[in-house]
Amino acid sequence: MMKTLRQIAGAAVTTLPMLAAANYDVNIPTPHSPISDQIYGLHMEILWVCLAIFVVVFGVMFYSVFAHRKSKGAVAAHFHENTTIEIIWTLIPFLILGFMAWPATKTVLAMKDASNPDMTIKVTAYQWKWQYDYLNDGVKFYSTLSTPREQIGSTEEHGKPTNEHYLLETDNNVVVPVGKKIRLLITANDVIHGWYVPQLGVNQYGIPGFIKDSWFQANEPGVFRGQCSQICGKEHGYMPIVVEAKSAEDYAAWVKEQKTKQAAAEGQNKVSLADPASR
Amino acid sequence: MEATHDHAHDDHGHHPTGLARYFFTTNHKDIGSMYLWFSLIMFFVGGFMALVIRAELFQPGIQIVNPDVFNQLTTIHALVMIFGAVMPAFVGFANWQIPLMVGASDMAFARMNNWSFWLMPPAATLLVGSFLVPGGAAGSGWTLYPPLSIQGGISVDMTILAVHIMGASSIMGSINIVTTILNMRAPGMTLMRMPMFVWTWLITAYLLIAVMPVLAGAVTMLLTDRHFGTHFFNAAGGGDPTMFMHIFWFFGHPEVYIMILPAFGIISHIIPTFARKPLFGYASMVYATSSIALLSFIVWGHHMFTVGMPAAGNLFFMYATMLIAVPTGVKVFNWIATMWKGSMTFETPMLFAVAFVSLFTIGGFSGLVLAITPVDITLHNTYYVVAHFHYVLFSGAIFSIMGGAYYWLPKWTGHMYDEKLGKIHFWLTAISFNITFFPQHFLGLAGMPRRIPDYAPQFTEFNQISSVGAFLLGFSQLLFLYVIIKCIRGGVKAEAKSWEGAEGLEWTVPSPAPYHTFETPPAFH
Repeated sequence: MMKTLRQIAGAAVTTLPMLAAANYDVNIPTPHSPISDQIYGLHMEILWVCLAIFVVVFGVMFYSVFAHRKSKGAVAAHFHENTTIEIIWTLIPFLILGFMAWPATKTVLAMKDASNPDMTIKVTAYQWKWQYDYLNDGVKFYSTLSTPREQIGSTEEHGKPTNEHYLLETDNNVVVPVGKKIRLLITANDVIHGWYVPQLGVNQYGIPGFIKDSWFQANEPGVFRGQCSQICGKEHGYMPIVVEAKSAEDYAAWVKEQKTKQAAAEGQNKVSLADPASR
Repeated sequence: MEATHDHAHDDHGHHPTGLARYFFTTNHKDIGSMYLWFSLIMFFVGGFMALVIRAELFQPGIQIVNPDVFNQLTTIHALVMIFGAVMPAFVGFANWQIPLMVGASDMAFARMNNWSFWLMPPAATLLVGSFLVPGGAAGSGWTLYPPLSIQGGISVDMTILAVHIMGASSIMGSINIVTTILNMRAPGMTLMRMPMFVWTWLITAYLLIAVMPVLAGAVTMLLTDRHFGTHFFNAAGGGDPTMFMHIFWFFGHPEVYIMILPAFGIISHIIPTFARKPLFGYASMVYATSSIALLSFIVWGHHMFTVGMPAAGNLFFMYATMLIAVPTGVKVFNWIATMWKGSMTFETPMLFAVAFVSLFTIGGFSGLVLAITPVDITLHNTYYVVAHFHYVLFSGAIFSIMGGAYYWLPKWTGHMYDEKLGKIHFWLTAISFNITFFPQHFLGLAGMPRRIPDYAPQFTEFNQISSVGAFLLGFSQLLFLYVIIKCIRGGVKAEAKSWEGAEGLEWTVPSPAPYHTFETPPAFH
């Protein structure tokens, strides 16, 4: 039932006129993880509930606005109480909410269960970039916005964004294997930041001095973009997240490449104690 | 029975005029007017900041203000609107209307009332003036989360001081309101026969007394962490930034109900008047308002669903938040039942009231969506939240303030306002409000975060629509100012009972209400 409703909603969204660059998307972007799948479904459910209530409530009100006007000759009634109807319209919303609370509870419990992950990445937020530490694979790097500053501009030289992924591109993406449960240990170095990638169903604060976990699993290969979701200073809008889900082989190849790069960088940084000139 | 008393005959011995009159006044009508003018000025100040924000967000890239100034604008816009516009406006209504509605000659503590008002202009000066100090205004968002707010310059201290001053003003005002309502009602006016606006303010005053000290505690801890070596919110010293969030939102959630309960009261006066029918379910309205106030204390965690609370915490706050929809829904149904089979006319106050019921309900829907914790995960700190709170605070609280102003202007000024211009102001406002804020739901659903000065190109179209709407909305309010000033200066003479369906003690005194009213309590049947 939910899948059908989602297909209808998806079709409705995609039949909106799509000009070359214009974007009028009205719904949550396509989910790509088990949790974001459930989130999408829950949102559609509550939306249908709201639509039903909207039709009934606004229908009654607008009917009244038209039919019960003095200019139409309406004479005011005098009733001002009715215990039965009051009980009914207290109980029915209460039951509707109960009906919504049950599936939502299941998703909360699933969201919070980061046990038995396939791998763990420690995420540290900085002003204004992210650092990723793959605890199982020994890969560690910073990830910074890669959109050139001239495109962003300033009050003196106005910005001229020219590329498709303006503000949503980084120099080092968070590469992960497809279909694996990835546990995130999220913290921050300075102020509170938020790691937010909607299509993967994660939005969690990095709080300096504390480590809290979350998890996601990419259903299929792809690139999923997000941004910092908690104001953290002047570059809060300029520290995006790009997650790349790859097949198992591609991921293994990437890990190897990262380790080679890291080893080379460490080699360059090594200073010989024997040679004073290199200090 | 001498129910009213002209100023010229009073026996105080001196008649201050000009500035001195307003500086030393202890008269609830004077103080009410000062609060209302103050809030209107602050509404334009905050509105100007909103227009700069929307101008910058018209297209991707930085054009008008640099990112740090943008953060300052969003922070001070919110603080000015919450503490400078909405809350003082409701206090202005409380001052004018509560004594008139309960048949009292003035507020219980008339001199403290003066002090409550005069604390506000210095506080506002600190807040708005903080743009001019080195480092600019606070840029952490109005929620002032540490450690970011610990990093800020002297403007954060100015903001903290302003919050303390405004808190003191609110607490004193609330003590005044509670004492007046509980002790100075006309004989025969039992609690369950009080006007709804009085009920909503009685409950709001208790909320204020309960939570303003909590905010004071939170910002004082920020101050001592900043300057006196404490580490309440610093993990390195054994503290926790999350604790600030808990304390702040323990204040913050009741605060939003503080900003809407008086609105509910105003609407509960306007709709019965223009439907010419008594309010449906008076007792339920009282109980619903009380339930909302009580529940407001146990839902604060819904502002913190992304903090990493254990599942039990998230679930508790989700259930409690969803529960608040029930009494709120009861109120909406009761207003519609009041309209049902009435004999309605749609003068400007009624237009604002019907728009309130419609648009506040939409804000309620987006609130319900956000209450569902997993859905909040994808919407937290996005423009969906911005859309939600503008629907409940602008087309909720502010529409009730505008409707209430039109409703009671005849009583305050003695003239009917220009109805045609009032209607034009209403339609311009209601339509441009929706153009501004409805698209923001879509931006949030698409994943655009809030408090960012610049955005990815896929968010452009809805941002442009929103910005155009914002400019229409902002400039339309100049018409409101014009209508008010025109009404003060003249117009068709208003009757004591200015509206055919109006009920209540305030409509038994002449328009404009004499300087001193109900010097002896009226008979209330």
